[in-house]
This record gives sequence, structure tokens and C-alpha cells, in this order.
Amino acid sequence: MDKSRNWRETIITAIVKTCGYSAIVFVILIFFFLLREGLPALVEVKLGDLLTTRWYPIENHFGILPLLTGSLIVTVGAMLIAIPFGIGTAVFLSEIAPRWMREILKPLVELLGGLPSVVLGFLGILVLSPFLRVFLDLPTGLTALAGALLLGGIAVPTTVSIAEDALDAVPHSYREGALALGATKWQTIWRVTLPAARSGVLTALMLGIGRTIGETMAVMMVTGNAPVLAVKLTSIFSPVRTMTATIAAEMGEVANGSTHYHVLFFIGLVLFLISLAVNITASSVVFKSRKRAERVLS
Amino acid sequence: MKRRLSVDRFLVQRLGVAFITLAAVLTVVPILGVFGYIIAKGAPAISWEFLTALPRDGMRAGGILPAIVGTFYLTLGTAVFSVPLGIAAAIYLAEYAKENWLTRLIRIAIINLAGIPSVVYGLFGLGLFVLFLKFGTSILSASLTLSIMTLPVIISAAEEALRAVPQSFRTVSISLGGTGWQTIRKIILPQALPGIITGVILGLERAAGETAPILFTGAAFFLPRLPGSPLDATMALPYHLFVISTQVPGMPIQIQYGTALVLIVFVLGMNLIATVIRSRARAKRQW
Amino acid sequence: MVDKIVVEHLNLQYADGTESLRDISLNIPANAITVLFGPAGGGKSSLLRCLNRLNDLTEVKVVSGKILLEGENILDPKTDVIALRRRVGMVFARPVVLPMSIHQNLTYGLELAGEKRKSRLDEAVERGLKLAALWEEVKDRLDDPAIALSGGQQQRLCLARVLANQPEVILLDEPTSGLDPISTGKVETALQELKKNYTIILVPHSVQQAARTADFAAFFLQGELVEAAEGKELFTHPRQKRTEDYVEGRFG
Repeated sequence: MDKSRNWRETIITAIVKTCGYSAIVFVILIFFFLLREGLPALVEVKLGDLLTTRWYPIENHFGILPLLTGSLIVTVGAMLIAIPFGIGTAVFLSEIAPRWMREILKPLVELLGGLPSVVLGFLGILVLSPFLRVFLDLPTGLTALAGALLLGGIAVPTTVSIAEDALDAVPHSYREGALALGATKWQTIWRVTLPAARSGVLTALMLGIGRTIGETMAVMMVTGNAPVLAVKLTSIFSPVRTMTATIAAEMGEVANGSTHYHVLFFIGLVLFLISLAVNITASSVVFKSRKRAERVLS
Repeated sequence: MKRRLSVDRFLVQRLGVAFITLAAVLTVVPILGVFGYIIAKGAPAISWEFLTALPRDGMRAGGILPAIVGTFYLTLGTAVFSVPLGIAAAIYLAEYAKENWLTRLIRIAIINLAGIPSVVYGLFGLGLFVLFLKFGTSILSASLTLSIMTLPVIISAAEEALRAVPQSFRTVSISLGGTGWQTIRKIILPQALPGIITGVILGLERAAGETAPILFTGAAFFLPRLPGSPLDATMALPYHLFVISTQVPGMPIQIQYGTALVLIVFVLGMNLIATVIRSRARAKRQW
Repeated sequence: MVDKIVVEHLNLQYADGTESLRDISLNIPANAITVLFGPAGGGKSSLLRCLNRLNDLTEVKVVSGKILLEGENILDPKTDVIALRRRVGMVFARPVVLPMSIHQNLTYGLELAGEKRKSRLDEAVERGLKLAALWEEVKDRLDDPAIALSGGQQQRLCLARVLANQPEVILLDEPTSGLDPISTGKVETALQELKKNYTIILVPHSVQQAARTADFAAFFLQGELVEAAEGKELFTHPRQKRTEDYVEGRFG
């Protein structure tokens, strides 16, 4: 009986091991497929032509710069919102709010995080952009600003959740020590607790950025989908188009194997590489800070 | 001199706290507003017919049953693929893997899978499942795509749940003559199960609400009947909401809000179940 | 007196290369209490964990040497460690009750071995609890969660759990370090009864406990076996000055 148990143990261990490696397999697989379908774009459309400012596939203009700037302006705008509101709310929940309030509000914020982005986009069309149009006296409310606001709203729950966990993990002795030295609550937060939670807070921000760059539906529904180069400060009040929205909007109408098809995959490849870079940076930031903390504490 | 300093400090303190509180208020109030608004505007549309009938008049009347059923099928399909694989991978990471470069590579891969934009998953699903493997635009393709997207969430949650189980249990089990797998099967997994289930539900909740991955892999708008097999395309709530709010002229607003409300209830209902499981498990824990 | 376990020239090393145990040779007689004592860091727990191959779970490596259980080297890679751990059971310093009922805690070891017959399992439960002097206190609530027991009861449950497995050797690593004197006394009394049928190896948490319980004693200091002899001999007339200093409390 023991021998059959040995066999079973070996087989199960092998299965578990294979499943453990599956994540690597999938990343490689995704990368491979994006390359397979996206690299032909570099052949069919020269790199120089890809980096132009006119995106008009019907007439074979495949300049992706407007899409890049579209993504950029919306992401930057979103982070400008998510950072103060996200970190601020996290600090509020962790340091200022009484226990009962925290028990109610934290799940509420997480609830927003669970909201499908298409619902937020939906509200964006029906509520937010008409409001912006009237309030800011614009020709249309479907602008980068609307996108930034929505994306900020999407990034905030992730940011709050992780940052609040990081702040919560800071040992009470830090705060007590500061207060015992005569610091005010604000000074404790600003100079002791936040810096101590720095790596977790940074992770929260990076994950928030990751989420905004990758967001598709909400931006597609409210940013107006005009592939116009967005480099002026006032561009935030005009329609733009992000890379993600472009893929989502045009993939359905594209002929399989056509140049347009390949270029869309190429954009997907670019998005993949950007998110790879953001994630690797995020994990190395966390890793480095943890190592430093270990050295300091030992 | 001294007096000016202390006034400054407390002023800063009050401003700082006020600012933070303002940030929190400005974050929380819109959240409540969003939910309240959708509930208020969508509730009138909810009726038995709305939830159980097929749509009529180009989606402008009737019910949204196919979309509800479709989302249910997609969630189920995602679970079938991602849950066993995810839990097994988590068991590997928590119980078997040593801390070497290979394990770090796996963890980086998981973080990356979590960060890939959902529309890129859609492209991948299109390239691999729909075209290369010739599954076509189907529940199968969409479920497989959503599974890979959900995998990192499940692995992370499951691994955390497994690690939370005290190491001493493992030592005792081994010292009584247990093998690694016996220990996992008889003690570790059962104790970690509530945490794993919570993580699974939260992952599936996200999959249920996603539109981009199913755009080119399985979602369809105008289907005459409910899907009959995994190789059929299907309607789905998030995609349905997207189309009726952007591409159908003359769509009654009430139906749009109703659809949004149904989607929210579906998704948040899962959230609620997960939360309940988590708190009940915590109360019953024997360690 | 027959030797149950013989340790021959054992050398252990930590993962970073530092020595844990240096050239340990020790005879452990059957049906007696052998005490391994000495100040912290002496290597006693590491040695104990080798006796049921629990060192496989840690970063402690066997560099050279043998451990013979009734003549067979248990450090041999071909050893059936599962069977070994059923013959050589262990009680740990902190009571670790499994998150189950008292009854299930006791039958866990047998279930691992594949025993399914209810009669056998119930029999083992009663036997183990009686041997650990816990039966009277819990016989009416065997289905209660084990976590509901007091600290002393939990530790005796851990002892009963090992006994239910019908081992030949019982290893105890500072089993009473967290217990009050009454519970400690109950455990020590149980051990005196048990030694008639089992080989007992104990790492005590104090020199006094060592002196109280030892039939044979071995003094470990920083990885070295300084001296080993009959209990009474070692504590009243130690031959090495280091042993004498430790027993008298001059360091530790």
C-alpha cells in the first residue's frame, strides 16, 4: 500500500509543479502571439510611418502618436486625481477615522473597485459628460477630462485598498513614539507613518497606474474617440483616443490578416510591453525597499 | 517666538487633517452617488419580464434573459478552467516551491498577468483560441481568455490563504507519518478553503464584469436564442450594456439603467457572498 | 540494558555551513528515559529532530555519521521515513493541536496510515488518552474541538496523539516549557509509567527537570557531547568540570 501511495505522491507533485509553472507559460504565450500577429505591422508599415501623427486607417494612415498621447494624457490626468484622493482616503481610513467608520467605508470603497468599468463608462456618457459640457461650456463633454475623471475613479479603490493595508501594517510603536516626542497627529502621519509605509504606498500607486493604462471600456465610452494629437494643456478639454479604445473599437471591423489587423496587434504589443515595464518597476521598488528595511531593522 | 511656532504647528495639523478628510469625503460621496443613482433610475425597469424574457424590437423592449444567462455561462466557464489551475499553482508556490530564481520568475509572471490590459487579453484570445485553435467566437474561447486573466487573482488569494495556515500543523502532520500531499489534503487545504473560496469569488466577479476580453472572443449582440453549446457565441451583460448605451439609437433610457442595475447586482451579489464566507470562516476558525 | 538507538559519529551542519553537532556518539537504552540537556544552542533539538528524520524539513544537513534504530541506519536515503516517523513519535515544545475534535486529533496518525475501521480507531483513542493520563478528563467530550482544552491538557493530548500511533520511541522537545507546575507534574508522572514500554528521549526545559526524570543523561554544550552517564551519577558526581559548572548553575 505504501508503494501505491508513493506513486500517487509523485504524480500529484508533478501535476502541482506543472501548474505552478503555468503562469510563466501564459506570459510567454501571450507575448508570442502578440509578436506573431503584431510584428508584420512593422514590415507592412514602416516604423517611421507608424510614428506619425495621423491615424486614419481607411486611407492607410497608421500614425500611432495620437493614440499614445491620448493614453498618456488620460493616464496622467487620472493619476493626478487618484494620488491625492486615493492616498488621502487611505490615510483618512487608517489614521483618522474611528474604527466603526472604517469598518463601513473600507468595504464601500472596495465595492466601487468591483464595479465593472462598463458601468462607469455608461454613467460617464449619461451623467458626467453632459455635466462637463454644461459646466465648462464645451462643445462636447466626451473629452480627455471625462476619461481622466472616470479612470481616476477606477484607480482610486485599488490605491486606497493597498495603501491602507500598507499604512495599517506600520507598527503602532512608530506612531506612539512620535506622539510621545510631542508631534501632532498630522506631523506623525506626514513624517513618520507615511514614510514608513512608503513601499506599500508606492506599490499601490503603481498598481493604480497599471490599472489606468490598461482600462478600455470606460475610456472608449467617454473620451470621444477622436485620434487627435493631444499635447497642449487645453487638450484635456478635447476628445482624444487611447490605444486601448482604438483596439476595442476597430478590431471588430477589421479584416483578418490585413495591415490594419496587424497594426492593432502591434498596438497591443506596445501596451503589453508598457504594462510589463510598469510591473517590473513596481516589483523591484517593493523588493528594494524591503531589502533596505531588513538591513535597517537588523 | 515660541508662541508663533506652536500656532503654526497646530494650524498645519488642522489644515492637514481637514484636507485628508475632504479627500475622503470627496471619494466616498460619489461612490454612494453612483450606486444610489443607478438603483434609483434602474429599479423601475426591473420586473419579472425584464429578467426572464427574451428581448424584442431590436433590444428596445422585452427582457434581457440571454444576457443574464450568457454572463452566467461565461462565469461558470471561467471557473472551470481557472479555479483548479489557480489553486494547484498556489499550492505549488505555498507548499513546494523553494525560494530560488525560478520561483521569483513565476511570481513576476503572475504580477505581469495581473497587469496586462484587458483588451490585450482580448487580442490574445482572438489570436490563440478563436483563430489559431479554431474555436471560433464562442463561450469556450471567451471563457479560456477570461480564465487566464483571472488566474493571477486566484493564485494570489489562494497562496495567501494557504500561507496563513500555521506552519506548526504541517510539522505535526509530517511527524505523525504524513506525506506532503496528505498534509495538504487533510489539513492545509480544508483550513485554507474559506480564504481560497473568497479569492475565487472575487476573481470570478471581476471576470463577470469584463467586456474587452469577450469583445472579439465570444460576445455577440443580436442572438435569436440562448446559446446551446460552448461553441456558440453568447450575449453577456457587460457587452450588452455597452452596445445599448452607445450604438442603438432610440434605446429607452430605462432599459439601459435596468441593465446596468442587473449587472451591478450580479457582480456585487458575488462580492457579498464572498464577504459573508470570509467573516463566517473567521469566526469558526480553530486556530 | 539493550540499546534502542545508537548514534555514531554524527556531524550536523546548518545551511550556512556553521557546525551544529560535532562528532556525536551516544547510546540510548530501551525502556528508559534518556535526557539530553544543556544550555541553548547546544544542538540537542537538532539531534532530536534527526531521530525521526524531521531534520529533512529544516536547513540542517547531516554531514556524516549514522543513527541506528535497532541496528538499521535511519539516515540512509533509502529509509522509509513515513514508517520511521510512526515508530518514533515527537511531542513539541508548544502544544500543537490540530484544528479538529479531540477524537479526530487522536485518530489522525492512524488515518494517515490508512486505518479506517471505526473499532480500531476508537480503541486507539481510548488507549492513547489513558496512557497520557487524560482519559478521565475528556472521555465525555471527545467530539469537542481540541482547541477548547487548557494548555496542559492540550500537551497531554499531543502526547496521547503520538501514543495512539503505537510508536516504539517517544521524543519530547521541552514538552512542559509552557505549562504550570501541576500540568508539568502530570506529564512527568505519565512518562515514568510510559518508560516501562517505550523508549523515551527528553530534552528538558530546566536542569531540575533533567535531574528529576533522567535514567540516563547526556550533557551537550555548543554542539559537543561533553558527558553521558546514568542519571544519578551525572548529576551527583559529574566527571567533567563543564558539566559540574552547568549542573551547579554557574552558567547557563
